[in-house]
Amino acid sequence: MTGFVERHPIWSLIILLIMAFLAWLIFAVWPPGLEEAIGRKKVFLSAVFNGITLGGLYFLVASGFTLIFGLMRNVNLAHGSLYLFGGYVGYGISAATGSWILAFIAAFIVVAIIGVLLQLLVFRRMEGQDLRQTMVTIGLSIVFADLMLWAFGGDFYQIQTPAWLIGPVQLPLMTAMKSSGEAVFLQYPLVRLVIFCGSVVIGILMWLALNRTRVGMIVRAGVDDREILAATGVQIQLVFVLVFAFGAGLAGIAGVVGGTFQSISPGEDTRFLLASLVVVIVGGMGSIPGAALGAIIIGLAEQLGSVYIPTYAIVVTFLIMVLVLALRPQGLLARR
Amino acid sequence: MHMRRVGFAVVTALLLSSTAYAQEKIKVGVTATLEGTYTVLGEDGMRGHVTALNVLGKKIGDKELEFVVASTDATPDSAVRAVRKLIEQDKVQILLSPLSGDEGIAVKNFAKTHPELTFVNAASGAQETTYVDPAPNFFRFNMDGAQWQVGLGKYAYETKGYRKIATVGEDYSFIYTQVFGLALEFCGLGGKISSRQWVPLGTKDFASVIAALPDDVDAIYLGLGGADAVNFLNQYQQAGGKAHLMGGSIMIDQTILSSKGNAKNALIGTIAASGQADTWEDPRWQKFVKAYQDSFPPEKRFPSPSLLATNYYGSTMALILALREVNGDLSDNQSKLKAALAKIEIDAPNGKIKLDSNRQAIGTNFVTEVVDDGKGALFSKVVKVIPDVNQTLGYDAATFAKIGLPSRTVPECKKY
Repeated sequence: MTGFVERHPIWSLIILLIMAFLAWLIFAVWPPGLEEAIGRKKVFLSAVFNGITLGGLYFLVASGFTLIFGLMRNVNLAHGSLYLFGGYVGYGISAATGSWILAFIAAFIVVAIIGVLLQLLVFRRMEGQDLRQTMVTIGLSIVFADLMLWAFGGDFYQIQTPAWLIGPVQLPLMTAMKSSGEAVFLQYPLVRLVIFCGSVVIGILMWLALNRTRVGMIVRAGVDDREILAATGVQIQLVFVLVFAFGAGLAGIAGVVGGTFQSISPGEDTRFLLASLVVVIVGGMGSIPGAALGAIIIGLAEQLGSVYIPTYAIVVTFLIMVLVLALRPQGLLARR
Repeated sequence: MHMRRVGFAVVTALLLSSTAYAQEKIKVGVTATLEGTYTVLGEDGMRGHVTALNVLGKKIGDKELEFVVASTDATPDSAVRAVRKLIEQDKVQILLSPLSGDEGIAVKNFAKTHPELTFVNAASGAQETTYVDPAPNFFRFNMDGAQWQVGLGKYAYETKGYRKIATVGEDYSFIYTQVFGLALEFCGLGGKISSRQWVPLGTKDFASVIAALPDDVDAIYLGLGGADAVNFLNQYQQAGGKAHLMGGSIMIDQTILSSKGNAKNALIGTIAASGQADTWEDPRWQKFVKAYQDSFPPEKRFPSPSLLATNYYGSTMALILALREVNGDLSDNQSKLKAALAKIEIDAPNGKIKLDSNRQAIGTNFVTEVVDDGKGALFSKVVKVIPDVNQTLGYDAATFAKIGLPSRTVPECKKY
């Protein structure tokens, strides 16, 4: 950090000024001129929060994807199908038992088992053959999509939000001042905040596990050099299976999250595959902090775009991807 | 020798009779949105189509109808691709297509490149399709989005007392047409529309859209359909939204009213207008509902047919009746069939339908209000039935032309 400041004093100053301006936008009561120019503060603040919470969902999907890629160099293009299947499993469990928490556990376990099967039956048989793996996973995603369409139909499923999470909460952020001097605070859906906190916790736990535990050390070593790691006597295939199961399980959890604050239906698989591809391309393939940064950037771009430039909102996401590919092709936070 | 000759005679007779009985087929291509945001709408459209075949049968004199189905995803290019495939690969002679607004405009334009074939619109409802430069071989037996909103503005203004509303709609031709119909009537009476938000078809995250809804309005009009509508309602409930709602024709429809989850309960009491009302007492409607229910087991259908099922039923019915009138004669570039379609008047489940000079339906419209049947199922209850709604909505042609074509900003909120 200090190194960056010393090397790029001007950039640091610009970044600092932008951050200060953003902080002012978020915390200050907007002067009337600004409200006229870009709309009410409530809209802006909500869009920022929505972008960040949507980023939380993207992070859950993309972190599994990037973890699997980082360790095994498998571009698993069936990752979106795992997301969608997790959503359906979660819906089934929550409809049958009425428990939202149980839906997460079940989705994680079931989808993780599918991940294990994928690794054992598909990827292990074609290790190191990137193109074959890619083609096979594209094929699998099409087969899965049709199987799920057959089993669940084209209907939209929504996972029931538990009663204690429905409705808005008041955040200590002022959006306006009434003429009486009374402050108006931002109302925000509780469920989105809870889900966002959940994904932050998962992200931190993953980072700790990767950087502070023995298993994490093995995984990191595997990312750097698989052959040497295997030569030191580590059962690399077991590590692969575990990582794949975990990454797939995360996609399953993300499916439940997506089914709770949006809905699940055919086509969601490709949408989230595309989103996680964009996120990891922006953040850097194989990097967990990169996935987090990419997810927040894409989430914010989508939401702020949909409010301020609705016509071109979809383009913004891809513009960001193009810019990153042009200026920093390895991704923002990639190590190599 | 003798035996062999008899055998030969028998074989010849068999061959002859089999050629005599081999039925000539009339091939009809059908498209529906069986993928993407409008999947549920496409599926129920096909149920309406199948119900029509169950009721009317597939026989046209001594010929038999054969249907080939192709899937689209509500984008214009997917519709043109599907129609082209049906014509070029499956060699269909007649098309029953498409379902959605933008698709309709594209297929109408495509129809001009095949003047010898006949196109019967399945359910699409953009105004432009039949109002601007209509194709002579494209027939629409359902009303357009603006016709389907007739009566809603007046009911909102006079009975409900709404003076200022905001709209949220999907960003494409059908919803433009719906808001067009609503705005003409509501603003004509003195109502105000304070903001019109447009979201891309297939939007999943409506949180920012919901946050941007104005607080100081009497009601919010929702022009959404399929997955978009369900997602909106779900997130609206989570955000604690409590405004009065008004609905477009595919928003207040069984495709949404029967969706899973309880977010749809936000719609109870919502006023809407459409080409049908679930609880209409008319015997033709009740008969259709019964036929629909009998055609599919309860878990494979909605409690009551959606607008899409009704439209597909109506267009299939019009096609079969017209074909029967000309006894399946498709000679001379199908000119007899086209003439029959242009002047046929059908007794559809949702009222009598006849076509105007642009081959656009003139029919009956319904103002409705959403009610709970007491068992958790939601239905649209009839408030008002408005017969003989034409495409210019009662305006004379010159005044109507001055308003302009439906778009994000047209019509202006004023009296024309």
